[in-house]
Amino acid sequence: MAKYLLLKHYRGAPAAVNDVPMDRWTPEEISAHMQYMQDFADRLEKTGEFVDGQALAPEGSWVRYDGEGRPPVTDGPFAETKDLIAGWMIIDVDSHDRAVELAGELSAAPGAGGKPIHEWLEVRPFLTAPPTVTE
Amino acid sequence: MDELLPRSLTPSVLAVLVRRGADFAAAEDAVQDALVEAVRVWPKDAPRDPKGWLVTVAWRRFLDATRADASRRRREGLLDEEPVPGPAPAVDDTLQLYFLCAHPSLTPSSAVALTLRAVGGLTTRQIARAYLVPEATMAQRISRAKRTVSGVRFDRPGDVSTVLRVLYLVFNEGYSGDVDLAAEAIRLTRQLAAAIDHPEVAGLLALMLLHHARRASRTAPDGSLVPLAEQDRGRWDTGMIAEGVGILQAALARDRLGEFQAQAAVAALHADAPTAQETDWVQIVEWYDELVGLTDNPVVRLNRAVAVGEADGPRAGLAELASLSDALPRHTAVAAYLHERDGDLSTAARLYAEAAHKAPTLAERDHLTRQAARLNAGLRR
Repeated sequence: MAKYLLLKHYRGAPAAVNDVPMDRWTPEEISAHMQYMQDFADRLEKTGEFVDGQALAPEGSWVRYDGEGRPPVTDGPFAETKDLIAGWMIIDVDSHDRAVELAGELSAAPGAGGKPIHEWLEVRPFLTAPPTVTE
Repeated sequence: MDELLPRSLTPSVLAVLVRRGADFAAAEDAVQDALVEAVRVWPKDAPRDPKGWLVTVAWRRFLDATRADASRRRREGLLDEEPVPGPAPAVDDTLQLYFLCAHPSLTPSSAVALTLRAVGGLTTRQIARAYLVPEATMAQRISRAKRTVSGVRFDRPGDVSTVLRVLYLVFNEGYSGDVDLAAEAIRLTRQLAAAIDHPEVAGLLALMLLHHARRASRTAPDGSLVPLAEQDRGRWDTGMIAEGVGILQAALARDRLGEFQAQAAVAALHADAPTAQETDWVQIVEWYDELVGLTDNPVVRLNRAVAVGEADGPRAGLAELASLSDALPRHTAVAAYLHERDGDLSTAARLYAEAAHKAPTLAERDHLTRQAARLNAGLRR
């Protein structure tokens, strides 16, 4: 088994095919989308492949150490930040192919007009612990 | 067997051990062990005196642990004499435990965890699941909290208001994992109300009951939020509302108004309206005026602006809103709502989308996005 992070972006991903902001969908289209996402997570729990899913607020801040005895420096949020993560799902699957297959399904979630969004999702493998058997 | 019975005895059993001279941290561990044992044994062989049973088992566990610890320390040359346990008094120190677990030296998250374990009798695993943190993390949080209060004198009265804040935090966490934290908070507040006669304790209990009574109607089958005005009032728990109102009236009659009583009064006025249209908004505004006087909390002022918008019209509500910082959480959502009521649908749609962007919870974000979508769909027609 290997863990993968499926990342969804507010900004920074290539544009989706069906790229309409959610507040321009109909309420029914929003409900259909939510249902699809819920069903997807439920299904992965049943297959034993779901690990975690979280959504992030769009605005945060940048923080860094500013030397002994000083409070950390905070800055931002920066509107120009190119990459903005919206949330993630962590899955534990048998193969990279399976991770890609699931990301594809997630990207097919319905959007405006009830049609798939074709949203770009980032699939990132976790670095794992070294295997017990090495030769 | 009543599943809650062993847990409901937790604080009084723990208090007996502490009164006998056991240190709080060790006593608490011993009581947890006894609870686990009770869950195993009682369904087959229920004791006639459950509290006596728990005290006996917990005390034995405590002595075993202390002896093991003492002989280890003696082996290591660290200990001269064994502590002598004190006498067991008859008084119930449940209240003291509430004070200890909500001690001002604890952070809110530690106080919450310690209260749920030492007063509520929940296991570390249950608490960890409810707060979505790893069990090891929660175990550390609890043992650090126990160390923090280990030097606190057990016989001094504490501050009820800190206890109430902890219980309110637990209640607000709602429901996750296999523990219903809202129901647990109600149980603990009820137990507190039995141990101390205080109008604000009653006020908090009333507030919790009045909110809990509406819980089933607050979410749609698909998990989306249902605003108060659209809730199916037939699904409100009228028995729980009646209990909450009764408790509140008795508290208010004592003429020592506090924050929780005033909040409960607002909740009672909502619960009392057969339809959303029949809500007595004028009285609600008056209660918010009382609350502003009691706390001067900007969030209260924001809620007051909503009430003013209902009582005197959306323009009046917007005028109130204008005096508040737009950095306040939910300020934009309130502005969107008032603009919609005022008929300015395109401004409302824009503000709903903006409010969704700032929403602190997923459910609120979805709700606000739907509001924006609903208005935008209407505007396209």
